[in-house]
This record gives sequence, structure tokens and C-alpha cells, in this order.
Amino acid sequence: MKFGTEIVVLSLFAFAALVAAGFGVEGPFRQHMGVLFVAVAGFTAILLRNTDFKPAAPVDTSAYMDGPIRYGAIATVFWGVVGMLVGVIIALQLAYPHLNIQPWFNFGRLRPLHTSGVVFAFGGNALLCTSLYVVQRTCRARLLGGKLAWFVFWGYQLFIVMAATGYLLGITEAREYAEPEWYVDLWLTIVWVAYLVLFLGTILKRKEPHIYVANWFYLSFIVTIAMLHVINNLSMPASFLGSKSYSAFSGVQDALTQWWYGHNAVGFFLTAGFLGMMYYFVPKQANRPVYSYRLSIVHFWAIIFLYIWAGPHHLHYTALPDWAQTLGMAFSIMLWMPSWGGMINGLMTLSGAWDKLRTDPIIRMMVMAVAFYGMSTFEGPIMSIKTVNSLSHYTDWTIGHVHSGALGWVGMISFGAIYYMVPKLWNRERLYSLRLVTWHFWLATLGIVVYAAVMWVSGIMQGLMWREYDEQGFLVYSFAETVAAMHPFYVMRAIGGAMYLTGALLMAWNVTMTILGHQREEQPMPGSEPALRPAE
Amino acid sequence: MGLMDKHAIIEKNATLLLVGSLLVVTVGGIVEIAPLFYLDNTIEKVEGMRPYSPLELAGRNIYVREGCYLCHSQMIRPFRDEVERYGHYSLAAESMYDHPFQWGSKRTGPDLARVGDRYSNAWHVAHLSDPRSVVPESIMPSYAFLKDAPIEVKDFSTHLVANARVGVPYSDDMIAHANADLMAQADPNADASGVEKRYPKAKVGDLDGNPQQVTEMDALVAYLQMLGTLVDFKTYDDAAGYR
Repeated sequence: MKFGTEIVVLSLFAFAALVAAGFGVEGPFRQHMGVLFVAVAGFTAILLRNTDFKPAAPVDTSAYMDGPIRYGAIATVFWGVVGMLVGVIIALQLAYPHLNIQPWFNFGRLRPLHTSGVVFAFGGNALLCTSLYVVQRTCRARLLGGKLAWFVFWGYQLFIVMAATGYLLGITEAREYAEPEWYVDLWLTIVWVAYLVLFLGTILKRKEPHIYVANWFYLSFIVTIAMLHVINNLSMPASFLGSKSYSAFSGVQDALTQWWYGHNAVGFFLTAGFLGMMYYFVPKQANRPVYSYRLSIVHFWAIIFLYIWAGPHHLHYTALPDWAQTLGMAFSIMLWMPSWGGMINGLMTLSGAWDKLRTDPIIRMMVMAVAFYGMSTFEGPIMSIKTVNSLSHYTDWTIGHVHSGALGWVGMISFGAIYYMVPKLWNRERLYSLRLVTWHFWLATLGIVVYAAVMWVSGIMQGLMWREYDEQGFLVYSFAETVAAMHPFYVMRAIGGAMYLTGALLMAWNVTMTILGHQREEQPMPGSEPALRPAE
Repeated sequence: MGLMDKHAIIEKNATLLLVGSLLVVTVGGIVEIAPLFYLDNTIEKVEGMRPYSPLELAGRNIYVREGCYLCHSQMIRPFRDEVERYGHYSLAAESMYDHPFQWGSKRTGPDLARVGDRYSNAWHVAHLSDPRSVVPESIMPSYAFLKDAPIEVKDFSTHLVANARVGVPYSDDMIAHANADLMAQADPNADASGVEKRYPKAKVGDLDGNPQQVTEMDALVAYLQMLGTLVDFKTYDDAAGYR
């Protein structure tokens, strides 16, 4: 393979990073550009070493392009473990504050590393690789463009590295789930547009007349995230050789723009995209058709229309005008219905195949994911009711809610998809071990139960302590007392998270061994083979 | 031909599907966000709000950099317990010069919207350096390194210019004096009368207990000590501001 153009472009990119590292107006920016230089120069060196002047073997353009998807599957598992590990670390920091190491590893810098790590690095790679896997197979078409998919994959990894190192250096826009600064945002915009072109272009050259329902969800996720990302990140840099920028909006307008983005990072990144995943992998693994075509149409349009309105429920009783809060609450409650439309369509797909829950731990994982999706999309509308929100807002109940969705729904459906794809991508007969998948399932499920239960109890306790009055009309607790009361719960939460992380480590081991071509000799799952009884 | 059958038209046309879903997702944002920019009553009429002084802005940037907003809100809700604990509920006007807003979403620590003037400068320095030395139950990380970090800026006026470009009313006079004001506010040997004139109520003087140097600790304390102190609530009409 020859990479002439790529090497020239990357060298210029690396040189620009080096110049910025030298002339940046502030220390963190110079260090960040140094990181960029090392990353890009290192990548260029790898391309140089892999350059081969022999004529390249002809590419079979009739086959699916699975190279970037294989890399994406590995990246999903890798970033998943990293993001969850950081999650356990910051959970422990809240229980044991001495674990903070200033300045780079303080909670305030590690927390965005955790959220971006699991949402964008783990979830993003899962969406990237499954969407490219699904779109080819449901359109019966090879991915558009020769190297476009590789650009999207590596471009996205560069975004992750720059975002993550930036947080540790203190480079942040302070917008939750949109923390990267202006230059990293610009880079992501380029990569995202390339992703849209790649995905849409592949649909356009399809050989199937109909666009499969999974692709509706993936497409709406890609285009909506583009819109949200660009508008929410509008900002004015103080210098083009510095990292600091100031948001285009201020105060109340900035708050609603941010939560319009923030809630739909949940709605489109973590829901619509993963529903696309559900609509392909659940029917495939269950070997049953999707339950209802009509339901999929109704809930698709309803969910994308309604989700966008729900942002203001993050700002109940704040200085946001009441009319906007009430509107956001009303739409959040309505959102319950299309959310459950998706859950019903996913669960009922198992009609006639429920017996597989006993024998197939992968389908069990997917069903648990859809069940958690239903649970957290019921809890969400409840918490968006202003009266409930007056208690739950600012407490750890919110953290529990988001984790029952993130660990239960997003995590479990991604694990299921990875377990489904990996043997197929590497042409293996089966996974290394199905029993390890069972272990993963139970560790993850029990981990979430511990996590969510602890956060419910402690969050509600916290909210009640803040507002508790004695009979003389005085507040009963100082704030510091409520912090002290949280300690045992923070410890238990870290244990729940560590269980979930252990499950992910088992998956990493299982996937690695599968890729290496090993098969563990083990008893088949009970019930998967009819037991023969000797004649008497 | 029923409505559901017509859906096949969209299912067979990727461009239609793309444009259709984009149109559907834009509606909510337009209806909810756009009016906030032109409805006059979105931001209450108050007296006392002014842009941040250069040192306060630098301190705010440190607050942002360290992710303080992840554990501390700056948004007091209009409930009896919150008003008694933290002070008057927050107004939209109080964050109208905040790019970005710092309302926060979580109270692992207490709300800071009105923390200004509640504690002494020395308390803040002790608390930021070693939180558990003054609040034994605290789980806050230590920020002692701020005391040893001199304010590093080549030209701070660029930060005021960037803010002015997005709508903060920094005057030419403020921008011209930005670099001098940044240092003068926390340097006990400098003449800070210009800072006090341009930025009324700014906390002037050595804030971090180290008169030799203007540090990031000076900046952060200057910011914390002015939080929630600007609006004059004696002249604020609650009923007129309700919306």
C-alpha cells in the first residue's frame, strides 16, 4: 500500500501542531498542541513504515468493507474499559477525597474524562462500527468511498485523544457532555460531516429498495447530532493560538441551548443511535422478524419530534422563564409513549423465541438492555415533573437515573452487539466462551442494581435532608452534615460500578481470545442441546 | 392507500428521509430557544450588574478549568429552604454576562451563587488549599497549587475583546486597561482606584495572603468573593420580575 497523499497531508498537519505548540499564548494550549504533534507524527511514522511499493492486491469491491468495523469493535471494548475504569476512580474519589491528585487528576478534571470516555469514546465507537456494519448488510452495498471510512475512524479516535488529554490539562468549555474547546469541536465537525457522507452515501447506493428501520434511526442520530454540536458549541476564541473561548450565548439563553444539546445527546446519541442497534441485532440474534412495522414508523417519528423539546426539564425552578419549563415538562411526559413503543417493539420481537433467554446469554443481555431502556424512560418522565424534580434535582438520584440508562441500556445493548459481531467479523465459528458472557451478564446486571438502588436511596435522602425543618422552623441539617451522610452510599456505589467494570474486563478477555482464534472447551449452555436419555 | 402505506415513499428515498427528520427535529429548538432572545421579560430589570473585572474573569476561567461546576451549582431555586440556606433566589439577570453560564446541575457541594462576602479571604485560601482543615466533612479536592501558580497571560485584553464580541458591554476604556487592572486588583502596592471606578464592588487588595505575587489563587478568590453581590435587591421588584 502507498499512502503518498496521506503522508504529505499528515506531515503538514503535524508541522502546524508543532508551530502551535511553540507559539501558543498559554501553557496548557502549548502542551495540548504537543500532544497533537506526537499523535499525528506517530501516525505518520506508522504509515511510512507500512508503505510498500509492490502493486497492491486488487480490492474486491463486491465484498463488504469490514476493516474499519473490526478496528471499531476493538476500540469500543478498549474505550469502554478505560471510561468505566475512570468512572470507578471518580466514584472512589467521592468516598475517599484523598485519592484526588492535584492538578491533573482532581475530580473536576476526571469527571468529564469519564462522561466523554463512556458516552463518546465507548458509545461513539459502538455506534460508528455497528452503524457501518448494519448499513452495508441491510443495503447490500459496500461502504461509500475507498478510504473515507478509515478517515472517519481515525479522525474520531484523534478527537477522543484530544478531548481526553484536554480535560486533564484543564481545557474545557464547561458545557456538560460538550466540554472540548473550539479547535477540537471544529475537528469533530469535519469528521462528523465525513461520517454523514459515508453513511448517507452508502444508503444511496443500496441494492434494496427499502431503507431498513435501523438505518432511519442511525441517520436521524447522525444528522441531529451534527445540528446540536454546531449550534451548542458556537463560541468566540480569545486567541487563535490559545485554547480559551467564550460561548456565543450567555446566562439563560446559554443554559437552555446547552440543555437542548445535553438532553438530546441522551436522546439521539444514547437513544436513537442505540435503537438503530436494537433494530438490527435483536432480530438477528433472536432469529425473528421485528414485531411491528407500523409501531416502528409511529415511534420513530414521534420520538425524534418529541425528544428535542425535553431539554428545559434540566432547568426546572431556575431562572429559565416558567413557560419554557412547563413546555419542557409536558413534552418530557409525552416522551414516555414513543420510548415504550421502542421497548415494546424490541421485547415483542422475541415472541416465539422466549426460550432462548435460557440458552443464549447474548439475547439475555439484549433483553435486559431493552428492559432497562423501558425502566429509565419511565423514570425520566417522572423526574421531569416539576414537583418531583424539586426534590430530585441537584441530588445523586439524577446520577442513578442516568446510570440505569447508560449502564443498563446503552452498555448492555452494545455488549450484545459486540458479542454478535466479533465472531462474524473475524470469521470465527463462535465466541471464545459463552459461559464468560453469562458471567458478564450477571456481574453487569447486579452491578447496575446495586448502583441504581444506592443512588435512589441516597439521592432522596440528600434531597429530604436539605429541606428538613424542625418544629421551631429552623433547617435541621447543615450542608456539611448531608455530605457526611453520603459516605456509605458513595462506597457502595463504587462497589456496584466495580462489578460492572469487572464484567467489561471479562468481555475484553473473551473478545481478545475470540479474535486470536481460541475456543474455550466448556459445557454447552444448559438446555441448548436436547439431552439424550439412555434407553432403559 | 392508507397513511402507513405512503410511508414507503420516504423509506425508498434517503434524501427525503434525511430532510424530513432534520425538519422534524428543528421544531422544538426553534419554539423553545428562539423566543428567549427577543422576549423582553426573559431577563429581569435590575440595578448593579456589570461585566467581570479582568481578575474576576481570570478567576472565573480557573473555576471553569477546574470543573467546579460539576459539584457546585450557581442557581438558587425559589424554595424556602434554599432561600434560607443560600439567599435570594437567582435571577436571570445575574448571569447575563456569563459566557458560558455556570448554573450547574449537581450539588455534591453547596450552591455558590451568593458565596461572595460570606467568608473571609483567608478562609477561602485555607479552604481551597486544604478543604478538610476548615470543613472536616468536606470531600472537595485540594487546590493548593493555585497559590504557587502566577497568573500567566500574554495579553488579557484579548479575553475582554472576545467577550465584547459576544455581547458583554466592555468599554474601550476597560479593554485598554485590562492588563494593568488584572494585576492592580490583587497587588497591594499598586493603585487600584481605576479598578474600583470601572468595576464597582470589586474586591481589591492582596487576596491570597501573598503580597509578592498575583497568583491564580488571587483570581479565584476575587471571583468567589463577588459572586451574587452585584444586584441591589433593595431596588428589585419581585412581582415585576416574575415570568
